[in-house]
Amino acid sequence: MTSKAENQARFGVPDNSMVFARGVRKSFGAVEVLKGIDLNVPTGSVACVIGPSGSGKSTFLRCINHLEEVSGGVLLVDGEFVGYDLRHGKLYEVNNRLLCQRRADIGMVFQSFNLFSHMTALENLIEAPMMVKGLSKAEAKDKAHALLERVGLSAKADAYPRQLSGGQQQRVAIARALAMNPKVLLFDEPTSALDPELVGEVLVVMRDLAESGMTMVVVTHEIGFAREVGDQLIFMDRGVVEERGEPREMIANPQSPRTREFLSHVL
Amino acid sequence: MNRAETQAPPPEALTVVPLRHYGLWVGTAITLAILALILKALATNPAFDWPTVGKYLFHPSILRGLGQTLVLTVTIMVLAIIIGTIVAIMRLSPSRILNAFASAYIWFFRGAPALIQLIFWFNLSLIVREFSLTLPFVGTLFTVKTNDFMTPFVAAVVALSLHEAGYMAEIVRAGINSVASGQTEAAGSLGMNHRLILRRITLPQAMRFIVPPTGNETINLLKTTSLVTIIAVNDLLYAAQSIYARTFETIPLLIVVAFWYLFVVTILSIGQHYIEQYYGRSDQQQGVSLAGMLKRAFRFGRVAQPA
Repeated sequence: MTSKAENQARFGVPDNSMVFARGVRKSFGAVEVLKGIDLNVPTGSVACVIGPSGSGKSTFLRCINHLEEVSGGVLLVDGEFVGYDLRHGKLYEVNNRLLCQRRADIGMVFQSFNLFSHMTALENLIEAPMMVKGLSKAEAKDKAHALLERVGLSAKADAYPRQLSGGQQQRVAIARALAMNPKVLLFDEPTSALDPELVGEVLVVMRDLAESGMTMVVVTHEIGFAREVGDQLIFMDRGVVEERGEPREMIANPQSPRTREFLSHVL
Repeated sequence: MNRAETQAPPPEALTVVPLRHYGLWVGTAITLAILALILKALATNPAFDWPTVGKYLFHPSILRGLGQTLVLTVTIMVLAIIIGTIVAIMRLSPSRILNAFASAYIWFFRGAPALIQLIFWFNLSLIVREFSLTLPFVGTLFTVKTNDFMTPFVAAVVALSLHEAGYMAEIVRAGINSVASGQTEAAGSLGMNHRLILRRITLPQAMRFIVPPTGNETINLLKTTSLVTIIAVNDLLYAAQSIYARTFETIPLLIVVAFWYLFVVTILSIGQHYIEQYYGRSDQQQGVSLAGMLKRAFRFGRVAQPA
C-alpha cells in the first residue's frame, strides 16, 4: 500500500482531493491561532479564504507548505503529509531533501512578492527550475519566456524587481511559482500590498489560472474575486472556520452574524 | 485677485543676494594658512631629505618588503573571510552549542589585542613542543616540532587571520541578517534547500552589506600587518627599519614606507568602489565613473549648494 493510499483510507480523504485538512491546530507559545481547521480542496478547484486580520488564515496557508509546522491535526497535500511520513502509526519528520522535493510541488505567492531582488525577472524564473529540478539553462529560459508572456510581461524579462511596479512584481512572482509546475498554488493576500489601480492586472492573471484548471487556495480581501472565481468560500475568525459555502450564496446570504458583520465592512 | 498682485514685476526681474557665509571664509583662510605652513616645512626642513626618499623609493629590499606585506595581507584576508563566514553561519545556526562557540570565538579573538595574539602564536612552542599524529595499532605517523613549522610568517598568518576572522564573522552575520526573511521563505517555497538558499539567495544579497566594511577591514589589515615587524617578518616596515638602523636616515625611510602604504590603500579603495557597484547593480544607481569619483573626492569649496 502506498503511503498516499494508506493516508486516504486512514483519514477518510475524498478522492480527487488536493489539499485536505482535518482538525489542524497551530500554537505560537501559549497562543493558539488555529483551533481545528477542516478543509478539502478538490483538484482543479479554487478555495478562497477570507476573514479579519489575526483570524489565522495566513498561518493556515503557511502550514500547507510547511513554512509553519502544525501543532496538531492532519494536513495533506495530494494525499501526503508535507513535512512528515506516516509509518507504523507515527509521524516521522522527513529529511530536508524530501521536504524540498514536496515543497517544490506547492507554489506560493506572497503578499510582499518576495522576488529575489538581486536577480532579473527572467533569472527569478529560471533559478529554481535549474537548481532544484535540474533543467538546463536553455530549457528553463524557454519556459520562463513563455510564462512571462502568459502574465503579459515579455518585455520586462531583463528588469530587476526594483524597476517593476507592484503589480508587475506580483505577476512575475506568480510566473516564478508556475515555473515549477506546481500541483497547487497558495496565494497569501496577493493584492493587499498593491495600489488599487494595480489590483486588477494581478486578478486577471489569477482568474486565467483558475480557468486553466489550476488548484488554488487564495487568502484574500477581494470579495469580488472570491465570488466570481471561487468554488468554495471559507470565512475564518479567531482560529476557526466560522462559515463555509458556495461563494455567491454565502456572500448574498451569510448565515453567521460574524460573517454578516465582516462582509458588511469589506463589501 | 487684486490689482497690486497682477501688476507685480515678473519674478525673473528679482536679483538673489546669496547669504554670506563668513564663518566658512574664516575657516577656509585658517585651513589655507595651516596648509601653507605644512608645505613650507616639507619643502625646507632638511630632516625630510627628499633626495634620500627618492633613492630608497624603489630600493630592492623595500620592494621585497612591500611584496611580503601584500602577500601577508591577501593570505590573511582570504583566510579571515573563510573562517569568518563559517563562524557567522555557526552564530546564526539554531544549535545553541554552535552559537555559543561562535560567540566565544568572536569575543576572544576580536577582544584580545592583535599584537598579543601575534607574540602568543610565535611562542607557541612554550606551550606545545611538538605535534604528532598517533593512531592506535599503527603507531606514530609523524611528529613535527612546533618551532620547525611556526616560522615568523606562519605565526603572523595564523594570529592575524584568527583575529581578523573575529571582525569578519560579525560583518558577515550582519550582512546575512540584513536580507529580508521573505527571500528565504520564497526560496524555501520553491523547494530550495538551506545550502542552496544561502549560496544563491542570501549571500549574494548580503554581499552589498558585506563588501564596504570588508574593504575597510582590508585597508585596516594592510596597515595592521606592520605589527609583524615585532616577530621579525621581513615586511615593508621591517625592510625600512633594517636600512635606517644602519644609515640613520629614519625620517626619509618612514616617508618611503608611508608612501607605499598610501599607494596600496588608494588602489584598494578604487577596487572596492567597483566591487560595490557590481553587487549593487540591481539597485539601478546612477553609474559612477572613476573620473566622477575622483572629482567628488577632490572637489573644492562648498559641495552642497544651500537651497
